[in-house]
Amino acid sequence: MAGLSFDLIALQLFTGLALGAIYVLFAIGLSLIFGMLTVVNFAHGAFYMVGAYVGLFLLSMGSNFWLCIVAVPLIVGSVGMMVERFLVRPLYGRGVDYPLLLTFGLSYIMVELVRIAFGTSGYPFETPELLQGAVDIGVGYFPLYRLFVIGAAVVVLLGLWLFLERTSFGLIIRAGARDPQIVRVLGVDVSRVWLVVFGIGTAIAGLAGLLAAPLQGVIPEMGATILAEAFVVTVVGGMGSIGGAVIAGLLVGVVVSMTSLFAPEMAKVSIFALMAIVLLIRPQGFFGRAGLMS
Amino acid sequence: MNDLSQTVAQARVEPASWFEFARRHRAILASLFVLVFPLVMPFTALAVNILIYGLYALGFNLLFGYLGLLSFGHAALFGTGAYLCGIAIVHFGLPWYAAIAIGVLGGLVMAALIGSLAIRTRGIYFAMVTMALAQCVYYLFYQAIDWTGGENGLRGINVRAIDIFGLKFDFINPLTRYYVVAAFVIAAFFMLSRILASPFGAVIEAVRENEARARASGYNVTATRLLTFVLSGGFCGLAGALAALHLSIVPIEILHYETSGMVVMMSLLGGMGTFFGPFVGAAVFLLLENLVSLWTVHWQLIVGAVFVICVLFFPAGIWGTILKRIKP
Repeated sequence: MAGLSFDLIALQLFTGLALGAIYVLFAIGLSLIFGMLTVVNFAHGAFYMVGAYVGLFLLSMGSNFWLCIVAVPLIVGSVGMMVERFLVRPLYGRGVDYPLLLTFGLSYIMVELVRIAFGTSGYPFETPELLQGAVDIGVGYFPLYRLFVIGAAVVVLLGLWLFLERTSFGLIIRAGARDPQIVRVLGVDVSRVWLVVFGIGTAIAGLAGLLAAPLQGVIPEMGATILAEAFVVTVVGGMGSIGGAVIAGLLVGVVVSMTSLFAPEMAKVSIFALMAIVLLIRPQGFFGRAGLMS
Repeated sequence: MNDLSQTVAQARVEPASWFEFARRHRAILASLFVLVFPLVMPFTALAVNILIYGLYALGFNLLFGYLGLLSFGHAALFGTGAYLCGIAIVHFGLPWYAAIAIGVLGGLVMAALIGSLAIRTRGIYFAMVTMALAQCVYYLFYQAIDWTGGENGLRGINVRAIDIFGLKFDFINPLTRYYVVAAFVIAAFFMLSRILASPFGAVIEAVRENEARARASGYNVTATRLLTFVLSGGFCGLAGALAALHLSIVPIEILHYETSGMVVMMSLLGGMGTFFGPFVGAAVFLLLENLVSLWTVHWQLIVGAVFVICVLFFPAGIWGTILKRIKP
């Protein structure tokens, strides 16, 4: 245990925050879509994976990483909007299980299409030139790219917050999450709002996939793993709560990186243990409404 | 509710109607079908697979179709049954029947563990929590390399001859293997039919139809949920144990989340909440997989598309639709 200095633990904490930033971005889209549409998007992991592959494709066409950061969310978000319009929309009012099952089947299709286009083996994803190397953050050198991921998550969150709190469309979204019936009576086309929310949610998932790609590489199955872990995040944070997704996402990231420092073989299991504890003490999660879970 | 009491009343008035006859003797009819089934199949190994996955889907359907709880973590129950059965044979040298019993027990215990946590939630949360917990089970078995073989899977589950009351059967022979597995599946048919026909079975469906009313009628909804989950785990554990014997290895993929998803697809394809539907779903799924994989490795694309089409246009499933049509 001599090697475990304070600096090492502090560095690992930052690594956990970078991992947590990816979880936050992934879970926020999941939570946003659920909060508005009461749809658990089982294809969210597939959208995340598609984000990474679209980035890979754009880079191979000669684009650079910064262009990808703009283009990937737009492309993935448009795919998401088409999915909502043509596949999910016919299922509203038929119970909560059907959209869930549909998006689950859809994830099979998306993963298989990517396998057809890019093959079954993974690809490395190069860290953009500008973000290679490490910087001194006081306790030691920390990879610049991971800092960038944390920063990007903060920017997206800030943007989302401004959009929801400061624009009239955001006001409609917030009202629609509380009571879609009343919003509809007031003359708002709710289905258009749902379309946009599904688009935003999947766009952020695509961005999360792109940001995660230089950290973990790109394989067709990358979405399935993070989906299970994001479910832990949403259960811990409370479903439908954006603040809950942020805090629980960071917490899960830190828990994973800390256990991989102290007990590497338990790293994957630790987050599920965390969920078990939260379920036992507070089944609705940190910020969930009590009525939703029990 | 009204619908149900009318059906019951009708059944009392004309008990001789053929539909009611078939319904009452569903376990026998299903068993007869299972007995002649290998004769219509292209090869017996596929028929054995259909039996095993049919049983797995049967166990899943008890929870999803009859109780209305959608679990995405049933691979944990199926896989635990398979691994414990395999470990009993490979590491402890137990006879095959004892290993199957341990597999069933494993399914029951794992279901009690996962169930007691997951039933604290409901609806879509239940799906999420069960999937997350099953992922945890996956990593636990993956890490226990000494016991499970880790990534390579558990190998060497060899049962050459099985011995039933002094009679020796060659388990290597596919047809023998089919009928041994069929014996367990038939036992499961009768047990499931008995459970569903019992007062407890009525409570299960009452909880699905209207939970508040079931609670107000004095039934313990939480206990009903947990007990149904545990029973479902027993059936899935048995299916897993049979899969271990059939394959003579347990691959780690058996605990993968796709194994959980597959059983959801099978149940929906066949018709959830029907007695024989999951079995039909398993058969169609595996036949489709076999057929499509003959001309493309991307069979999951077709399976996924069929699934999406089912959800959109065909929610009653194949067997459910047939039942609706022939119902007098």
